[in-house]
Amino acid sequence: MDELISNAPLLVFMIVGTIAVAASFLVVMMRNPVHSALFLLLTFLCVAILFVIKAAEFVAAVQVLVYAGGIMVLFLFVVMLINYRHLPEERMTTKYTLGGVAVGVAIFLLFFTVVRTGAYHDEAPGAAKKLTTVKETYLAEHPTDPNKLVRRTRARENRNAEAVGMALYRDYLVPFEVISLFLLVAMIGAIVIGKRELSAVEEETAPDYMLERVETEKEVKELLSA
Amino acid sequence: MPSTAQYLMLSATLFAIGLVGVVARRNMIVVLMSIELMLNAVNINLVAFSHRLADLQGQVFTVFVITVAAGEAAVGLAIIIQLYRLRSTVNVDEVRSLHG
Repeated sequence: MDELISNAPLLVFMIVGTIAVAASFLVVMMRNPVHSALFLLLTFLCVAILFVIKAAEFVAAVQVLVYAGGIMVLFLFVVMLINYRHLPEERMTTKYTLGGVAVGVAIFLLFFTVVRTGAYHDEAPGAAKKLTTVKETYLAEHPTDPNKLVRRTRARENRNAEAVGMALYRDYLVPFEVISLFLLVAMIGAIVIGKRELSAVEEETAPDYMLERVETEKEVKELLSA
Repeated sequence: MPSTAQYLMLSATLFAIGLVGVVARRNMIVVLMSIELMLNAVNINLVAFSHRLADLQGQVFTVFVITVAAGEAAVGLAIIIQLYRLRSTVNVDEVRSLHG
């Protein structure tokens, strides 16, 4: 126990890791999707803390902004748009439950046996190297001839966001552009798929709330024309 | 400092839980959430190895994975919304018109 208290990152890892596992378990177990979404949010925040422990502050910030801020809002919007009272109750135990748990346990045991061999227990040879170092070039006076300038590099430490940004825009510029194009395509796809357009056939199968909406639009038009 | 092995164990647990959710749950939205859980487990692995090998590649790749997860969630949720409008269901088993 004294060892745990003296080793604060390990203590934080134990607590946050336990919360993350419990929350992710509840995501799968909760019957109400709103509860699932909120526990998923808790899991994302815990994972962000785990990133900070491993000196990945920029990724942690992105995790909170994109996952906890963006994706969770999207999930909650969709969950609230869907009217669960009109849907039949989801059966929690189906013919897939046993198989699903079996597959999950099998995958966990597979990973467990891979990790347990001990290859990852010791410190890696490169672990002492500072990950957050940024090398920048600057002009300095020449040691023998003060009238001449030479180019030198200076290393600055503890700048994770800067280091990731450098790697992203220098070494991974093409993947970065490709991923921006991917985001554009995904956005257009989501808009086109999610667009509401009622044909004659769709109008028969459409749920009531949409037809009510159409009627109100019609009423507004009639009011405007009258 | 927690070791890489501990991070890998945690990530394996999260991945297994997400996999159970994908296979066992019938609600499409929860299935999508479970996929996000699995992607997060992969991100934990990448960051742990990035720290272990003192290589920023892992963190850059994590940013890419998060981006792909965002796009995937947007398109997946749009499909779910449209499916709910057309069929009034979000149950995976009831969507089988392509089933031969």
